[in-house]
Amino acid sequence: MPLPTGDTIGILADNLRLRRSVLPIPTESAIRWTRGLDLPRGGERVLYTGLMYQLIPYIEELVKAESRLAESWLSGFTGIGRQVNKLVNVSGFMAHPTREQLETYDRIPRNVALLLKRAGVAFGALYEDDLYSGALAYDLGADETLREHAQKVYATLKRHGVKEAVTIDPHTTNMLRSVYPTLIEDYDLEVRNYLEVLSGLDLAPSRQLEGDVAIHDSCVFARYEGVLHEPRQLLEGLGLTLREPLHAGTMTWCCGGPVESLFPEKAAEQAGRRVTELNAVAERGVTMCPLCYVNLQKAANGRMRFDDISDYLIRGYEP
Amino acid sequence: MAVARPAFIDEVRQSEQFNASACMNCGVCTAICPMGLEHLPREIFRYVVLGMEDEVLKEQETVFSCLLCKLCEENCPAGVHIAENVRSLRHYFDRKAFRI
Ligand code: SF4
Ligand code: SF4
Repeated sequence: MPLPTGDTIGILADNLRLRRSVLPIPTESAIRWTRGLDLPRGGERVLYTGLMYQLIPYIEELVKAESRLAESWLSGFTGIGRQVNKLVNVSGFMAHPTREQLETYDRIPRNVALLLKRAGVAFGALYEDDLYSGALAYDLGADETLREHAQKVYATLKRHGVKEAVTIDPHTTNMLRSVYPTLIEDYDLEVRNYLEVLSGLDLAPSRQLEGDVAIHDSCVFARYEGVLHEPRQLLEGLGLTLREPLHAGTMTWCCGGPVESLFPEKAAEQAGRRVTELNAVAERGVTMCPLCYVNLQKAANGRMRFDDISDYLIRGYEP
Repeated sequence: MAVARPAFIDEVRQSEQFNASACMNCGVCTAICPMGLEHLPREIFRYVVLGMEDEVLKEQETVFSCLLCKLCEENCPAGVHIAENVRSLRHYFDRKAFRI
């Protein structure tokens, strides 16, 4: 049984307002991906993660805990659960990802940083000031909370002298590029996704990869942000044969992830339908969003293998 | 009997983007929705336009089950801003039903 919708949204919105993220995670987990990369702090161009990849291990653990929680004292006193969360970070008690989970999702921003370095792009990072974009609050209609949070994020970027943010996932790209300008006056941040940055450079692959891969377009990339040809160009440049499922490109099917926080069963059903479509064209699938990756991987349950696009790119473009 | 409240649409409307009344009830969205949401967008949008607040309040689960994936919007012949309209409905629920 899912948690009541109103209380879940209330807790997520309170967290964003009080703790700057819908799901607060330890600073160490937010910045671990930067280790050994020697990235300057701030600067005109930064690689901005919006914590999306770092959050996934914690979301996975919370979803597991949610069924237990539904039977717990917290849901028995749902309104009280929200009151308690205002004082202490309830999700902090519930989510304890394993080291393996953490490493999986640290690897992806690291891949991207290494790819940009290899391409000769100069950039910094914001470390503990790399804040969550508020994408979930936006989706759930918590507009006042989001507006306040967006101002905080923008002020932080300005304080660090950032003029351009290079994003990794589709949701942060959409928030910073298309949603924030509707919320903040005189917004002038330039925002590009790293796939757009890399595809605009004439990168020569260091090795060729082989085989068929089913491409899963994220709905946010395909229908909100128009990122369609860039991933194809980069993957095909490596020699991979891309297989398009029945619903692809601007007609892509969602992974189900956007309803995970409220209706995990519905999310899993949609992910299962999508895996069937992808599996009909290849044994391996490529994703470009952490939510797609985690949902499809889980639904596949060994039926097929998924990799983040950066895992392919790093193999093909790293020396 | 359903009660109609004409001011209701103004309470749901969040921005100029909100255009539920542009829907011509063709059914493309219902046919194409991967979640099989039958009442969203067209039926719920019609309730909003007609001011039928009680009917909308019954549809909480449907409103929050939408993926905001825009597959319907991409194919809507009337240019209805379906995702933005659904977000406006959520904002209405947040304020009215959940007091957020
Ligand atoms: S596709 Fe557009 S016009 Fe047709 S019923 Fe749906 S919202 Fe209305
Ligand atoms: S946005 Fe997606 S999930 Fe929502 S009604 Fe349209 S097709 Fe269905």
